[in-house]
Amino acid sequence: MMAAALRALGGHWRRHPLQLLTLVIGLALATGLWTGVQAINAQARSSYAEAAVVLDRDALPRLTGELTLQDFAAARRAGWNVSPVIEARVPGTSLRLVGLDPFTSPPGSATAPLGETETLVAFLAGETVLVAPNTLSELPVGLSGTGVDGIAPGIVLADIAAAQRILETDRIDALLILPTPRDGLTPLTELIPGSARQEPAGEGGDIGRLTDSFHLNLTAFGLLAFAVGLFIVHAAIGLAFEQRRPLFRTLRALGLPSRTLTLCLALELAALTLAGGAIGIVLGYAVAAALLPGVAATLSGLYGARVDGGLTLSPLWWLSGFAMAGAGLAIAGGRSLWQLATLPVLAPAMPRAWAQARISTLRLQAITGVALLAGAAILALTATGLIAGFLLLGALLLGAALLLPPLLMRVLSLGARSATGPVTQWLWADARQQIPGLSLALMALMLALSANIGVSTMVGSFRGTFTGWLDQRLAAELYLYAEDESQAREIARFLEDRVDAVLPIVAAQANLEGAPGEIYGLLDHATYRENWPLLDQVPDVWSRLAAGEGALVNEQLARREDVWTGTHVDLGSGGRWPVLGVYSDYGNPRGQAYLGLDAFRDRFPETSATRFAVRVAPERVEAVSEQLASTFDLAPDRVVNQAEIKQFSLNVFERTFAVTGALNALTLGVAAFALWASLTTLSGMRVPQVAPLWALGLTRARIAQLDLIRAVGLALLTALLAIPVGIGLAWALLAVVNVQAFGWRLPLRVFPVDWIVLSGWALLAAAAAAALPAARLWRMPPADLVKVFAHER
Amino acid sequence: MLLSVRDVVKTYSTADGPQVVLDGISLDVKAGESLALTGESGCGKSTLLHLCAGLDTPDRGRIEIEGTDIASAADAERARLRREAVGLVFQQFNLIPSLTVRDNLTFHARLAGRGVDPATLADRLGLTPFLDRWPEQLSGGQQQRVAIGRTLAARPRLILADEPTGNLDEATGDAVLETMQEAASESGAGLLMVTHSERLARRMDRRLHLRAGQVA
Amino acid sequence: MNGKAIRIVLTAALVAVSSTPAASQGFAGLGQGGEGFALPERGRAFTFPEDHGPHPEYRIEWWYLTAVLEGEDGRDYGIQWTLFRSALTPVGPQVWMGHFGLTTPEAHFSGERFARGDVGQAGVMAQPFAAWIDDWRLERNGAGDGDELDSLRLSADTGEAGYELSFVATGPLVRHGEDGFSVKSASGQASYYYSQPFYDVGGTLRLPDGDVEVTGRGWLDREWSSQPLEDDQEGWDWFSLHLTGGERLMAFQLRGGTPFTYASWIEPDGTVTPYYGELVLDPLDLSDVSGRDVPTTWRLALPPEGVDVTVTAVNPQSWQGTLFPYWEGPVTAEGTHSARGYLEMTGYE
Repeated sequence: MMAAALRALGGHWRRHPLQLLTLVIGLALATGLWTGVQAINAQARSSYAEAAVVLDRDALPRLTGELTLQDFAAARRAGWNVSPVIEARVPGTSLRLVGLDPFTSPPGSATAPLGETETLVAFLAGETVLVAPNTLSELPVGLSGTGVDGIAPGIVLADIAAAQRILETDRIDALLILPTPRDGLTPLTELIPGSARQEPAGEGGDIGRLTDSFHLNLTAFGLLAFAVGLFIVHAAIGLAFEQRRPLFRTLRALGLPSRTLTLCLALELAALTLAGGAIGIVLGYAVAAALLPGVAATLSGLYGARVDGGLTLSPLWWLSGFAMAGAGLAIAGGRSLWQLATLPVLAPAMPRAWAQARISTLRLQAITGVALLAGAAILALTATGLIAGFLLLGALLLGAALLLPPLLMRVLSLGARSATGPVTQWLWADARQQIPGLSLALMALMLALSANIGVSTMVGSFRGTFTGWLDQRLAAELYLYAEDESQAREIARFLEDRVDAVLPIVAAQANLEGAPGEIYGLLDHATYRENWPLLDQVPDVWSRLAAGEGALVNEQLARREDVWTGTHVDLGSGGRWPVLGVYSDYGNPRGQAYLGLDAFRDRFPETSATRFAVRVAPERVEAVSEQLASTFDLAPDRVVNQAEIKQFSLNVFERTFAVTGALNALTLGVAAFALWASLTTLSGMRVPQVAPLWALGLTRARIAQLDLIRAVGLALLTALLAIPVGIGLAWALLAVVNVQAFGWRLPLRVFPVDWIVLSGWALLAAAAAAALPAARLWRMPPADLVKVFAHER
Repeated sequence: MLLSVRDVVKTYSTADGPQVVLDGISLDVKAGESLALTGESGCGKSTLLHLCAGLDTPDRGRIEIEGTDIASAADAERARLRREAVGLVFQQFNLIPSLTVRDNLTFHARLAGRGVDPATLADRLGLTPFLDRWPEQLSGGQQQRVAIGRTLAARPRLILADEPTGNLDEATGDAVLETMQEAASESGAGLLMVTHSERLARRMDRRLHLRAGQVA
Repeated sequence: MNGKAIRIVLTAALVAVSSTPAASQGFAGLGQGGEGFALPERGRAFTFPEDHGPHPEYRIEWWYLTAVLEGEDGRDYGIQWTLFRSALTPVGPQVWMGHFGLTTPEAHFSGERFARGDVGQAGVMAQPFAAWIDDWRLERNGAGDGDELDSLRLSADTGEAGYELSFVATGPLVRHGEDGFSVKSASGQASYYYSQPFYDVGGTLRLPDGDVEVTGRGWLDREWSSQPLEDDQEGWDWFSLHLTGGERLMAFQLRGGTPFTYASWIEPDGTVTPYYGELVLDPLDLSDVSGRDVPTTWRLALPPEGVDVTVTAVNPQSWQGTLFPYWEGPVTAEGTHSARGYLEMTGYE
């Protein structure tokens, strides 16, 4: 019995292969984008995890100060289980150098190769460093490496003494404080005067947190794509159920129990899950493989986090892909199954009646939508924490999506009222009638468009603000890094009458409000007065800073500790100062503060100025840097041109744009597919609706043209509504999510030209989606239309 | 001659091979004249009506409306004729579901570029209370009256009706038919009605019986 | 004891930073010899206190202290403390490793430490004598005219258990083999090897249940070499016994390949009689220790001195669960003589 029923049910798909295709493709697209994004996220996260295993430093308290390896030995001999660490860049590269002591550092897979005597000997002797295999080629000349799979890309592990030699220092950055079994030891800060104990950095401290926002973005994209896909599936499933109602009725009349029928349909859903899920996972792999290099580049550029560019296929993703596909189908098909089980199967499918039934649905949608938007507004004012931020995003998007159909209805009613000609009037009225059938696809389109606008606005704002800020902060034309203090003095003397100004850059490590950060000393100079944008400032801020009356703090510190002008900030060994101003400091997870140069030297007399910012006429930059390099035999990385830094930063953003752009295009593509699928399935139902018009004297070409206009018009209206939603989304990302994730807030910048372009794409997508159904209508044999009027319908 | 059909042949291809539906039909309808087209189910009478309306084209033969051969006319020209010269009434009413009764009533007339007062029309057809309703909220008779009203409002020279009362009970059907005939004679339009009912056919000026695609 | 320490030092250096013991390389590495390292030579005389300090030109070296103790509670205890030095290359990095052992009749506590040699985290100073790794140290106790090793203070703690002990020598240093040149195989591998076997010991053990005051006898071994083992030697059994008559006996056998045995008979005045191939060692009883069968009761005979005793472990589960694990613990001996001492065994896989 079951087999016969399944055959009868399956016959539907044989007769409507397009519908089957729609369903499977919709499911596959949804699953594909979702798993693709998940795969990217998983890959990136596992890279961080590897990095964390290598360093294991974020979870441990540390001792900082001006430490040497002798301090390390002294602490060990006093019974402390400490291990020295150096963290820096390999000079002349973007690689991160991590120096460690293999005998006392927390064990990890990264150092496994040191079990080989030869490797250990070479490692201790500084003859080899450990890096990920694909980082080997990036090592500078003079550094030879051993490839290790457990190490995150871009990290260079060296013996602590070797790292000191590479950096030409006898200092270490910190002592990691591991659990010490004994009590009653002399406190480390007493043992090593001038040192400070730092508890593990909490918020804003680790790579994972820094990149969270990026991944949340991606995840949001993935979910969105999945939602868009679900709309497609929902529409296709709904239609398949609707169309098979007579069949269900017949089957039941022939004695098939309702439960068996439901079971058959559930089996059908399961089969579709398998098919759509499998295709989707393959698709997801392709998406991930295509996008991962871009993502890796972005993460590396933005946050210094390195992600392996190769993709590993984990069984977890297969499962999660199928789970998502299954969940999607269950959501989409569940309602239909429930209807089947509870509603009388005899209810006829009448378009207008269907629409009428939807009126109450629309009202409910409108109310829910308004409620969600109100919730979003409340969250916008009160949200703290990433979860709340994302709830806000969800409420905003869902609310807006739910409000779309009622709003469109309203707009179309107004339009119909203003219409004069009968055809225009019909067009408006007909568009209204199509809304229920198209609403899911239009909602998907709107979600895709607003996500597009929101994310590009966010990234654009970020880029605009960041580059503007770079322009201001990197006001000096040249940045110099002398090898030592005596060379620094010589360079300063050398430059004195060759350039406009030589501004020393001095910095010290300190605990700012208890968390590690840097303090800089600032020479009072017009360069800063003119170029530094301050978010908050007291009057006459620069003179007061120069006079040593207070400190400037970066936005991260200000937000995290709530220290603004009018309050005091505790700079640890730097002292306690009134806050004179707050400046933007994008890309820096740590707290930072500026003191006037004199005040700084008072507090940190031993700090030497080996770095300089040099002001020089732009046309002389090249000449001066060449003179410097030749006179002092400075390595190329010790003279940095401002333009290079800016170029580097811009490249990072271009890559970010490429990734978001690709995801944007994919999402829009999925939405267009949803629209096409809806229009195509609706076009089947449309013949009886348009046939009378044809009979009354409109040509098929005209009707097809009107259909096209209607689809494009609906897309246009949707796009118009998507713009404010997108801006709201961008605002939520910038003002709520970003602040929570990064600790800084970006001004919202709008890019109306982008909206026009995007709307253009939306119209194009809608036109493309409507083209095929319209063409079918246009080319429809009159005999098919006439059938509508035939008695034997 | 308002409508002139000459030697029209129409063949449909079916699963069992080509099937001749109309096999050399000729007929004429003069202005102000009503003609009933009767015959068994499947004799081709609806097809003939659709051909006359330019909804489909004959394989052979000529169909002229006011001297224009619609069989060879372009799609746009046939559409224009339907808009301006022909009024169609179907058994299934075929109202436009997205428009209200008022807008349905005036729709055809406005397409034809003719002004119309829906209130007067509705009054005459007894539809005044329903002007702001949607088609599916009306009974069958009411819907057919709207369909007829829609056709009359457009003041066509030729009314083509396909079993207009087929979905209505006898009394309603009679009333609807009466309205249609009245209006046709008032405006001097020709009326070609397909029906299988002897009773209704007798109420027309002439009748033509089709059998197996030929005039019997 | 020798081979064991060698193997441990090297293996430890290898595995110090990983969780995968690379056992065989250590052994094979020894077999490959000490190219570039200094080799022990027959007839070299020790000079003190210099030779108490490290000899970095040799590949391996250790300061190895054991003590058999009796608590105020009348129970038997034993402690071990070892500092190993290993040179990875003749000119390259020096690596240090410390081992801690504390045995009660019911429990055995062990611990280990690793250190790089270039920053002072671990090291040995000849005068005033001090050997340390992290906060574990063995150092000269007080001033005096005697040898640097005559009076020592030992302090080490793993957090779980620890000890604070003082060692006072009641006899001279003794040289094994040929005046300190100790042959380790039939084909001539050798090390420099001297001991201070005459310590009286007193102090405190810190046990999880509380402190225990103890007294007893201690034994310090000093040994260094570059190539002390044959490739095919797979393990060893080493005994140090304090006989009730005041004599001391050091005896070992190297198992596998061509068996090699050696014993030093030490008179109470420090006179040493070396015996090559005279020692008889028969395992009498095996214990399941950490999944291995380890002989914890032995027959030990040295016929030329009329010694034939049964040696029994105080705690058969004296397992050093360090990166390279081995058995090391206090023993008692009964038979022709009666003695207390230490036993260590390696290579029981």
